[in-house]
Amino acid sequence: MMSKLELKEDKIMEVQFVGDDDVLNHILDREGGAKLKKERAQLLVNTKKIIKKPEYDLEEDDQEVLKDQNYVEVLGRDIQESLKNGSAADGGNKVYSFQNRKHSEKMAKLASELANTPRKNVSFSLKNDPEIMINIPQCSKGHSASDKVQLKNSDKSENLSTAPSGLRKRLIVPRSHSDSESEYSASNSEDDDGVAQEHEEDTEEVILSQKSPSQNRAMSAPVCKETPSKKMKRDKTSDLVEEYFEAHSSSKVLTSDRTLQKLKRAKLDQQTLRNLLGKVSPSFSAELKQLNQQYEQLFHKWMLQLRLGFNIVLYGLGSKRDLLERFRTSVLQDSIHVVINGFFPGISVKSILNSVTEEVLDHMGTFRSALDQLDWIVNRFKEDSSLELFLLIHNLDSQMLRGDKSQQIIGQLSSLRNIYLIASIDHLNAPLMWDHAKQSLYNWLWYETTTYSPYTEETSYENSLLVKQSGSLPLSSLIHVLRSLTPNARGIFRLLIKYQLDNQDNPSYIGFSFQDFYQQCREAFLVNSDLTLRAQLTEFRDHKLLRTKKGTDGVEYLLIPVDSGTLSEFLEKEEEES
Amino acid sequence: MATSSVSKGCFVFKPNFKKRKISVPVGDYFNKGKNESEDGKLRFETYQLIWQQMKSETEQLQEELNKNLFNSLIEFLQKSCSGFQKNSRDWGCQIKLREIPTAALILDIKHFLQKLASQLMGCCVDEDSKEGSIQVAQKRTHCSMDSLSSWYMNVTQKTDPKMPRKKRTSSSQWQSPPVVLILKDMESFTTKVLQDFIIISSQHLHEFPLILIFGIATSPIIIHRLLPHAVSSLLCIELFQSLSCKEHLTTVLDKLLLTTQFPFKLSEKVLQILTNIFLYHDFSIQNFIKGLQLSLLEHFYSQPLSVLCCNLPEAKRRINFLSDNQCENIRRLPSFRRYVEKQSSEKQIALLTDERSLKAETQSLLENLHVYHSNYFLVLRCLHQFTSSLPKYPLGRQIRELYCTCLEKNIWDSEEYVSAFQLLRMLAKDELMAILQKCFQVFKSSSEKQLGSTAKRIEEFLAQFQSLDEAKEEEDISGSQPKGLQKTDLYHLQKSLLEMKELRRTSKKQTRFEVLREKVVNFIESLVREYLLPPDTQPLHEVVYFSAAHTLREHLNAAPRIALHTALNNPYYYLKNEALKSEEGCIPNVAPDICIAYKLHLECSRLINLVDWSEAFATVVTAAEKMDASSVTSEERNEIIHARFIRAVSELELLGFIKPTKQKTDHVARLTWGGC
Repeated sequence: MMSKLELKEDKIMEVQFVGDDDVLNHILDREGGAKLKKERAQLLVNTKKIIKKPEYDLEEDDQEVLKDQNYVEVLGRDIQESLKNGSAADGGNKVYSFQNRKHSEKMAKLASELANTPRKNVSFSLKNDPEIMINIPQCSKGHSASDKVQLKNSDKSENLSTAPSGLRKRLIVPRSHSDSESEYSASNSEDDDGVAQEHEEDTEEVILSQKSPSQNRAMSAPVCKETPSKKMKRDKTSDLVEEYFEAHSSSKVLTSDRTLQKLKRAKLDQQTLRNLLGKVSPSFSAELKQLNQQYEQLFHKWMLQLRLGFNIVLYGLGSKRDLLERFRTSVLQDSIHVVINGFFPGISVKSILNSVTEEVLDHMGTFRSALDQLDWIVNRFKEDSSLELFLLIHNLDSQMLRGDKSQQIIGQLSSLRNIYLIASIDHLNAPLMWDHAKQSLYNWLWYETTTYSPYTEETSYENSLLVKQSGSLPLSSLIHVLRSLTPNARGIFRLLIKYQLDNQDNPSYIGFSFQDFYQQCREAFLVNSDLTLRAQLTEFRDHKLLRTKKGTDGVEYLLIPVDSGTLSEFLEKEEEES
Repeated sequence: MATSSVSKGCFVFKPNFKKRKISVPVGDYFNKGKNESEDGKLRFETYQLIWQQMKSETEQLQEELNKNLFNSLIEFLQKSCSGFQKNSRDWGCQIKLREIPTAALILDIKHFLQKLASQLMGCCVDEDSKEGSIQVAQKRTHCSMDSLSSWYMNVTQKTDPKMPRKKRTSSSQWQSPPVVLILKDMESFTTKVLQDFIIISSQHLHEFPLILIFGIATSPIIIHRLLPHAVSSLLCIELFQSLSCKEHLTTVLDKLLLTTQFPFKLSEKVLQILTNIFLYHDFSIQNFIKGLQLSLLEHFYSQPLSVLCCNLPEAKRRINFLSDNQCENIRRLPSFRRYVEKQSSEKQIALLTDERSLKAETQSLLENLHVYHSNYFLVLRCLHQFTSSLPKYPLGRQIRELYCTCLEKNIWDSEEYVSAFQLLRMLAKDELMAILQKCFQVFKSSSEKQLGSTAKRIEEFLAQFQSLDEAKEEEDISGSQPKGLQKTDLYHLQKSLLEMKELRRTSKKQTRFEVLREKVVNFIESLVREYLLPPDTQPLHEVVYFSAAHTLREHLNAAPRIALHTALNNPYYYLKNEALKSEEGCIPNVAPDICIAYKLHLECSRLINLVDWSEAFATVVTAAEKMDASSVTSEERNEIIHARFIRAVSELELLGFIKPTKQKTDHVARLTWGGC
């Protein structure tokens, strides 16, 4: 380390050992960025002065928050007035302002804190942690890379003296990273690091309990800054880098023996999940009931407003399905209405329009396009003012309906005088679906209905996260399909699986090129012409067991779109059977 | 549940034919659901009446505002049509610009355009739409412009037989009607397509007369930014600009709120919110009117006494039929109670016990309120005449700003008011006279008796100023006698100047103009103090003022993200259970699962290891469970906890906080930034 320091110091040297006064004199006439430089100089001379920095930073942040507050005040002066609406409770500033940067505060730590003091309130005291950032003068471009390393090292040495317990990461990570900034090498070397893992985990645990977040922060990677105005952006990017490595280093410890697949109970299919959850006694049922009753009192008001040309959108945490269902059964019984489950994976605007034309309007014709169909519906409803239709859409913001075209069409439907729309949204960014034009079509009235009810129905269709956790579905279907194939076809597929598993650690693996695959199949006496192979592949493709992609070189690449864990399990089972 | 299925997403429910009523009258919903539905029906009817009036007023307003624009547009179209007739070879294509920074307004305009087109061109509209579809077909089949023009020839020939009718409608001689192509939102077109289209169609113009109308939301410069000179030179552009939306808002406010025509009024906060949404969010008049409608509805829905919010004679009549409950409601009004407290004790007793005297008093109070309003708006307009021309606009440039300040508090207590009046005391004569003239018009236009004298006063002032002119001329002649030029040195000059200054200060001699100006300003100030009292000083103001600003904000300008955040971060806010009570930034371990999972995930950076997360979750939940000594075995309990974790995670995914990632096995990616 020392040698490196010396090697790269020739430029920085001058800065490092210039006294405070000189630096001050030198830069007194400059503002902003100069200030930072000064601090860096101090920092190099006297590590203790680092403590001064956070105040400056915090001040900046405070100002930011203040600005936010002004804006919020301008927008709505009645924040305190609102008693019912959660939106007002915290104001805008907390959600939208950039908060203190997150580092490796571990969930485990938090969890143990939470757990160890049951029934008591545990404060994470995140906000109290002084945010410490090290400001380093912007280095000239040519030197930046080398400087980074150098600065990192100097950081390290400083912290060695001040915070011996805060070395968790810098001591361990650099060993495997070995100063390399490349993403790939970092993760690769991590994988090779299996032996050290046990040990590392231990140290980490020990240090985890000792380290204080502020110390950890003080060590944050070299952050190059020019002026305070650029601070935000720079923080973000450097944070990204930091967090990228953090994420990788934490998974390094975990992925090898702590994947969900190895945990027996991780495999839950929908049914078991439901059974298990059935045993959970719901908490706060009295309060929830009260909440729901509050909302139910609004039913008549909703009806009134719907009839007067507004459309209603419900938002807030918790499934609003039951609420809407009660709305439906209590006030909509005597009118024509269509319930649309937006969370249903097969839903589309087409099917909504179809159910309107076919079932509501009893029209049996077909339409050229959705727009035609829409026009037809619009005309029908305009002609016949006695027609009235209520649309209830659960999850208007679902994956299938959030597209621009779908929203446009639904918006146009809802803008009709005699079509009344009441919908619910859940996604954090749902309001982004609507631009001004769409909003004026929808003519929304917003109602907050926070119910805290579980999204049972909405999440019951195997979404990607659950598939990964249950995993049983692709595996069983894989076995099922392959059993119906000829031994040769099974051999072909097994060949592909093996090749893919061999390459699973290669991040640039894009598939098995067709020519090579054909060659190997021929050698294994599985096919005799590339036509037979193609016929086989088509069959796989039909069962969604195979994907082909054209590479940049025009060669066809074959890939099995199933995760490697399932594949290796499949191979194990195959071998057991044979 | 009847609406869940694994194979279907839409469920249609049609009630039996017998059961199906034609439709439940809307008013019924007005009464249901509310316990105190006093005079509900009447209230709803009043609501509908007022809303219809307001709506037609705004529509009329819009029509008027756009009239000029459309007239010139029509003229322009006709002119260019005749240009085609004359077979001029040059490209008479033209472009319409309008400067409307509002999406909604564009929509409005578009509707108007369609209306206009249909009025103007009869059959041309069909062609327009057909042309649209042809255009699509063209893109699909790569057919050339030739086919388009031959199609056009066909159509014009086909429509020839119908010529007489067409002539009747449009009165001008459309031998070959031009095709008008309206590009509603020019900015959203791909420049390449637009350029190519213009170039191609310019070459076919002689056989395919085309008029382009561009709708532009930003500024005219955009045309030149989107189209290179070579292309834009092919266009003969004429610019049409519509009224800016702010002016539009001013007129709408003027017609709907600053008038006694509609009894319904908005309180300061409501007005503030509506204008803020307008100015900071969307610039949409349509939304503003929607907000107005909602406030009207809310007012009539929530305030039982709003039944009296109608024109004065009708309100007086209605007072006689008020029920006991309604009388009680009146007595409960804060403003009425304040009023009663000021009365003599006998009268207090009478008001609080005797219904007849209460009703009589209410009638007179309502009348007072009416008079108050009519005076209020006159004086407000007058004051606005004075303040709107001041430098730096201490009281705002628009009358709505002035109105807001006046609604909020005694305006004369504000600093801005003081500085405004200081400035007023320095006005020059011609300015002052111009303003007074305007004020005179304002007062003259009203038929109110009380303020009729004011108009007279102003007239007198004006006359005095006039006479001042004449007097001054005389004075000038007399005062301009040269004293004879004396030579003097610097010292004496300074001395004499100082003396003059001293003299002026001590004697404070004012010219007659200054005296008069002072009088005028004082007069205005007395008017303001007398008539511009904030409405909440008036008894019974609750009847006509809608003040529930937060409901309006909640429903119009909701913040779903913040609601989500609050629900996840601070469940006590909704659930009101003591066990959930916590300090800022913490969460008790008995909180709902999703809150715990959310809180834990905030501790992570961009990627979250599911195993870690699930263990942390289990730690917290187990600790909470131990308290309620459960009888289940530990293995089963673990399973249940894991199931709960899975549920919480998939719910967070649904809410958009995390998403599965392939970057690492069993990891999810966070989609939000920072923790709170």
